[in-house]
Parts: sequence; structure tokens; C-alpha cells
Amino acid sequence: MDILSLFVTVPVLTILALVFAKGLKQARIVAMVGSLIQLGMAINLIFAYFKERAINDSIMVFTKDYMWFEQFNIHYTVGVDGISVALLILTSIVVLAGVFISWTMEDLPKEFFISLLVLSSGVYGFFISLDLFTMFVFYEIAVIPMYLLIGIWGSGPKEYSAMKLTLMLMGASAVLLVGILGIYFNSNADGGALTFNILEISQVNIPFEAQKLFFPLTFIGFAVLGALFPFHTWSPDGHASAPTAVSMLHAGVLMKLGGYGVFRVAMFLLPLGAIDWSWFFIILSATGVIYGAFGAIKQNDLKYINAYSSVSHLGMVLFALLMLNKTSWNGAIMQSLSHGFMTALFFALIGMIYSRTHTRDITKLGGLLKVIPFISVIYVIAGLASLGLPGFSGFVAEMNIFVGAFQHEDMFHRVATIISVSAIVVTAVYILRVVGIMLMGPIKNSEFLDMSDATWFEKTGILLLLIPIIGMGVAPLWLSDMIMASLQPFIKGVL
Amino acid sequence: MNLSSFLIMRHEILLLAIALLLLVAEIFISKNKKGSIVHLAIFLFGIHTVIGFLPLGETSILFGGMFQTNNLIHFFKNVLNIGVFILLLQSADWIQEKIVEQEKGTEFFVLLFFSLLGMYFMISSGDFLMFYLGLELSTLPAAALAAYETSKRISSEAGIKLILSAALASGVSLFGISLLYATSGSIYFNEIIEVISLNNLTILGFILFFTGLSFKISLVPFHFWTADVYEGAPINVSSYLSVISKGAATFILMILLFTVFKSLMPVWENIVYVVALATMFIGNLFALRQQNMKRFLAFSSIAQAGFILLGLIAGDQLGTATVVYFVMIYIFSNLAAFGVVQAISLKTGKETMDDYNGLYRTNPNLSLIMMLALFSLAGIPPIAGFFGKIFLFTAAASKGYYLLVFLAVVNVTISLYYYLLVIRAMFIRQNENPIPYFKNKLYMRLGLLITVIGILVLGLYSPLYDYIYELSSVFN
Repeated sequence: MDILSLFVTVPVLTILALVFAKGLKQARIVAMVGSLIQLGMAINLIFAYFKERAINDSIMVFTKDYMWFEQFNIHYTVGVDGISVALLILTSIVVLAGVFISWTMEDLPKEFFISLLVLSSGVYGFFISLDLFTMFVFYEIAVIPMYLLIGIWGSGPKEYSAMKLTLMLMGASAVLLVGILGIYFNSNADGGALTFNILEISQVNIPFEAQKLFFPLTFIGFAVLGALFPFHTWSPDGHASAPTAVSMLHAGVLMKLGGYGVFRVAMFLLPLGAIDWSWFFIILSATGVIYGAFGAIKQNDLKYINAYSSVSHLGMVLFALLMLNKTSWNGAIMQSLSHGFMTALFFALIGMIYSRTHTRDITKLGGLLKVIPFISVIYVIAGLASLGLPGFSGFVAEMNIFVGAFQHEDMFHRVATIISVSAIVVTAVYILRVVGIMLMGPIKNSEFLDMSDATWFEKTGILLLLIPIIGMGVAPLWLSDMIMASLQPFIKGVL
Repeated sequence: MNLSSFLIMRHEILLLAIALLLLVAEIFISKNKKGSIVHLAIFLFGIHTVIGFLPLGETSILFGGMFQTNNLIHFFKNVLNIGVFILLLQSADWIQEKIVEQEKGTEFFVLLFFSLLGMYFMISSGDFLMFYLGLELSTLPAAALAAYETSKRISSEAGIKLILSAALASGVSLFGISLLYATSGSIYFNEIIEVISLNNLTILGFILFFTGLSFKISLVPFHFWTADVYEGAPINVSSYLSVISKGAATFILMILLFTVFKSLMPVWENIVYVVALATMFIGNLFALRQQNMKRFLAFSSIAQAGFILLGLIAGDQLGTATVVYFVMIYIFSNLAAFGVVQAISLKTGKETMDDYNGLYRTNPNLSLIMMLALFSLAGIPPIAGFFGKIFLFTAAASKGYYLLVFLAVVNVTISLYYYLLVIRAMFIRQNENPIPYFKNKLYMRLGLLITVIGILVLGLYSPLYDYIYELSSVFN
């Protein structure tokens, strides 16, 4: 078994172990051990990656290739570059934190952890796949457990939200499928065999007409998962109804599949299409950035605030990808990571606050800093990271994005960039508004006085997410170098 | 009739022998042990299924061209056998509990086997006469089976509906055949291939013939009988109609389109295109509001037939392979879904979607099987249905039908909605008096187990597809 396939195998084995687990106590231990092994493997992968990189300068390393369906030339092909390694780390940390946050999941615990791990195995598989077909398989495996996770363990209008989320994402994957088939049947444009292999297709000059037709399909197919305006509507409802760990995993990891797919498939394989269509999607993503930010100001529900903030932040990822230069691409990947940790932390904290106060309406909360200081302080830190304060991950990412974006000198890009930058100010408004109303001020409800602060498992979950946020902010260089070095093959296509 | 032709016709001859043997065996079974006919039938059919898997040897034509077989046809008969075998396992309890006491146990098997025999002849036919005989032989016993629960009025109604629409369909079909005979001067497939040409009379003949088969596959607009018959007929019979009967009819339609009507391709391409779209949309949209599980599965199976047409439109080896592969997966998936409905209906008599609320809390295994089956029908990876469907789409896309593929995937999303409704009922909804826990008998458990294994393995195990692809070269 190669080092990458283990990332799919371990969750599957954990799921098998969970089938035999009895009750909450066993289930959570098994899930924790499984996710811990994943995290260990991810950390090991970084070191292995640097070692391999020193002697191997191909685009992807640790590649393995097995034939699957011979007639269609479908392979199971895996391999990683700096970008996928970074996202694998993100995934393993968020999954482990999610398990800790769900430590007291009373209702059907076994099924909960199984669904969570099915989701995570899909995500891992997606990030390591180099074959479009396999990638698509993993994409759908990652999406479908959301229905059960939100439907069974969610709150509020959970049936509605779960159905909306699943149908929109599956609808998107349907569009994506047409795009992928279009790429596949044009992959012999230079006279070779039809192939699904990403690296092979990237060498092929797909005709411009085909690129123009299939780029938007592929882009939209992935970008719906990345909350592209106006297809973001599943995200606020879905996040609001989902249980804590699922919101974390979904906003923190699953939505990153969108940006990653756009980058790895749509832009890498159809660069001419990307150049041709970029103006259109820049408008959509810039709208999303500003719309998400203003949307968050108007909300009173903590989860909705964070969900709209995700729309804004992920809009920035897509925006940066469409800027088509290395600096902003680097920023886009950094933003994906930063947002992943940050938003997972936010949702974890919101879950903790909700489980204590039984409300997520900020107008009913107040003075939490006095009763649950640990959770409140972390909330402030997460907020500061989110609005892009230097010293945290958000600053590094957004800096890169906008430095890259300002390199375009034409009017259109300038205006779009200025609009997107202004969202940062709006972010400050909604973050500080929540902090002001919810954490400061008088305690509005005397019941809040007996609340206890975070327990050990909640603290573990928090720390797991907080360390990378600060780490990325203080020492971003090694990560940024690793990502930068992997961007070279992508930039060739769009020059 | 020598030994080698016996080997070529072994499916037909063995099945006929089994059916006749059962009729005789009934006499020797004592009155208080009538239920044991079930064991005998399953045992004999099991042997029949296994023997079918022995390699065919040479391909050949018998009776002066009336009967033909080759490895693909042979393979497909085996697929039908497995389907019927699972069906027998799933219906064993129902027969023992409800049918044997009415002294109709043996006839059920005999009618079922005769109908299957008709399908063998239909897909092996080498001329239109044999085809027509096979079609009739497969339909008439099925109508009797649909009316099998004579105590229920709705069952008799189903039988009448089936026989009337089938009679109409075969009449139309026969008219089409006669027009084809008028233009080509022959009823033998291999002779028609040589003389058939694009002219109005041929096209009219083809359309009428296509209409007849469309009834059988329940393609829109010839689907009206489906939901009513499925609802009224005993569940196993509905399952038989939707799985085996539809599978066989699709297969012969494919053979005829790809061989006899090859030169009419510019015409039937357009027809298949429109019918595929209509079938998918109507099937899916009507399925959205169904409450009765049998009606629900009826419309779902109409929609699935629409997806199959996407493979037909490719019209080449890829199309053949994907259609056969999909039908095989569809047989397993649909049998799993019908099996669960059957098990629950037999124990509790409950058949509506609301009755399934909270099923997971009381019967986790049945719910999981149902979920697998529905995910397979909806096309969720890594379950078999996903591969079947995506390959059909690939086949259509290979001919450049991107718009059709796009509309088909839109339909997949629509269908996901109603499949999720059942999953919502089972897993998410609560119920004050849910279906209590019960344990299925051995046969039913075995029947469900085989379908589950099929659903899980058929997609991931790729050599199977390669094998089918290899076999599919015969029609090109």
C-alpha cells in the first residue's frame, strides 16, 4: 500500500472498526484513534514530501497508477504536489477536531462517526486523485453523507436544509459530469488515446471551441461547492441546520473541494477557456465577496453570520484564482487553508456557546466574556484572524491575493479588486459587532451565570485549530514556498 | 435435434423440463406438505442457473434461422436467470404463507417459468415469427401472475389492464412486422438486413414495431399501464415485470436496432432521443408525488428505462456493452428495493412511504439495504448504479449528444430528490408506531444478501465490464 492510498484506506478501516463498536464511548474512541492516525500520516507526509521534492522535480510526487476500467482508460491514479499536501493537512486536523467537538454525541453515535468518516475519506480521495473519473467518484462520496448528517443530527429546518444542500451540490456535480465527459472526449485532440489522467490531458492542446464550451460547465460544477454567487444559497441554510462537527467539516474542508477542483481541473486543463471566461466569473465572485460580507452584517443568528462570512471568504478564493497569476494563486490556496481552520474554529465555538445557552441569536446573548472567558477569548482571536489582522493566517492570505490582483492594470480588474478589497472593512464590521453584542456588555440572562467553561475535549479541539492559524500567520514562508513551487505547471497554461 | 443443438438450447430445454417436472411433482407431494414445492422449485432453478454458466462453445443458428444464439445472448440469459433466482428466493415466504393454502403454489412457478421461457425465445429469435411467439409467451403468463391474488379486486384489475394493453401492443407490433414484411419480403433478420432501405413504408413499419416494444419497456407515451399494474399485482410480480421483463425487452430492442434496423439509424436516432427525454422527465416528475411504494418504484423504473435509451443511441459496441451492464446492475438494485418492500408488506401489510418513517430505528438492516438499493438507482458512487449510469452517459457523449447527457444528469438530480424522500422517511423522520422489528426467513435473507453483494461488487469489479464489452462485439 502506497503512502497516499493509506489516506483512503485508514478511514475505511476505521469505519469497519466502528461497525463493531458499541455505544458512544467505544465509538468516539475508535473515531478518535482513526483520525489521530490520519493526522500522524499527514504530518509524516510533509516530511516525506520535502525529502522527495529534493530529489524529484516532477509535477506530482508519490504517484501510483492502477488500471481500473480498461475500456474507458479509467485509472486509479494518485499523486500529490504542495497544494494537495497542504489541503490534506487541513483535512486531517479539522476531522480530528470535529471528532473531539462531537465527544458527547448521544443520538446514534456510531452512525454519526461513520458518516463523518465516509465524508472524510471522500475528501482525502479527492485531494490525492489525478484521474478525473476517480476524482469525481470521491467528490460524490464526500457530498452524499451530508444529507444524513444534517438530516438526522441537525437542528431547525433540517429536512429542508439537508435536501436543498444535497440537491444543489448533486445538481452541480451533474453539470460537472458533462464538463468532465467533454474534457475526456477531447483528450485525444493531439492524436493520443482518450484519457482521464489530469497530467496527460494537461499536455494536450484541447481545441479552443471545446475549451470555451466546457470551461464554464466544469467551473460552475466545482464552484457551487465553493459557494459561488448566485449558487451559494445552499450554504447558509445547510450550515445553520448542521450539527457542529458537520458545519466545521463542511465549511472547513468540503467547500475547499470547490476551489481546488476549479484550480486543478477547470483552469489547469482548460486554460484558454479560463482566459476567455474569466471576466464573467470575476464579476460573479467579486459580487459574492461583497454580498457575503453585507449579508453577514444583517444576520442575528451566529451560524448564519459565519456562513455568509464563508461565502465572502470563499468568493475571495475564486476571485484570486481568476486573477491568473502566481501571487494571487498562492493567496488563494493560503486563503483556503486559513479559512478552513478559522471557520472550523468559529463553528466549533458557536457549537459550544449554543450547547450552553441554547440560543444562537446574538441579541439574546451578552457578557459571555465574564462567564465563559476561555471560549470568548478564543472567539475574539478567531474574529481577529478572520478580519485579516497581521500575525494571523488571514492576513497572509489576503495580502497575497490583493497584491496579485493589483498587478492587473486594466480598468475592469482594478474595479473588481477594489470592490473585493472593500469587503475586508465590512468583515471588520460584522466581526466586531458580534464581539461587542455577544461577548461584551451586560449579562442578559441570569441563567447564563451557572455556565461552565470549555471541557478538556473542547479545549483540545480548539487548540488543534488555533495552532495552525497562528502558525500560518507567524511563519508562513515554508508553506508559501511549498505552494509557490507547485504553481509553476499551472502558470504555463495561462501565459 | 442432436446433442450439440441441445447444448445450444440448454436454457430453453432445461427450463421447460423444470416447469413440466414441477407440474408432475405436485401430484406426489402429500397434502399437508404442499409448501415443499417451493424448496423444490428453488432448488431446481438454482441448478438450472448454475448449468447456464457453463461455457456455450460455438455460436450458431438453429431451425433454419429462427433461433440464434451467441455469447452475449447466452450471457444475458444467465443474467435473467440470476434475477429470477433472486426473485424466487424473495417470493418464497409469500408463496408459502399466502398462496400454497389456496393450492396455487405450483402454478405460480410454472407460469413464471413459462414466461421466462418466452423471454429466452424472444431474445434468441432469428426472425420476426419467433420473436412474436416469444413476446406472447412471455406476456400471457405474466398477466395471469398479475391477477394472482384473486382475493384482492385490485389484483384482478391489474391482470386485465396488463393483458389488454399487452394485446394492443402486440397487435400494433404485428402490424409493424407485416409492413416490414411487405417492404422487404422476408421475416428473417439476416435477410431483412440486406434489403432494408429508407422508405416511408419501412419507417412506418419500424415505428409501429417500436411502439409495441415500447409498451413492454414502458417508455413514454406507452407507460400508462405501468403504475396501475405494479400497484395491483403481487409485489413479486411487479418486481418481475419491472426487472426481468423490462430487461429482456430492452435487450431484444437493442439487438434489433443495432442489426436489423441499422440502416434506419438516422430515423431511430431521433425517435430514441425524443422518447428518452420524455421517458426520463415524465417518469421522474410523476415519481415525485407518489406515496405508495409500489407506484413509486413503478415510476422510478419508467425513468430508469429512459436512461437506458441513452446507451441505445450510441448504436455501437460501447452502446451495447453499457446497456447490458446497466440492465444487469438495474436488476440487482431494483430487486433489492422490491425485496425490502416485499418483506415489509408481507409482515405488516404496510406499503406507503409514511409507514416507513423511523424504520432505521427498528429495522436497521432492511433500511440499509433499501438505502443501498435507492442509492444505486440514483447513481451514487461507489455503488454499482453509479457506474452503470455514468457509462451510459459516456456512451451517449461519445457520439456528441452533450445536450442529451446534460438533460439526463438534470434528471438524475430530480430522481435523487424522490429517492432521498424514502431515505428521509427511514432515517430522519420519527414515528409513533413504527414498523416493529422482525426477522426475515432464510430465503428472503438470502435473496436480499445476493442483491446487496451484487450492488456492492458489480460496479467496483471492473473486469466484469471488460468481459461484457468483449462479448458485445457480436452485433457490430
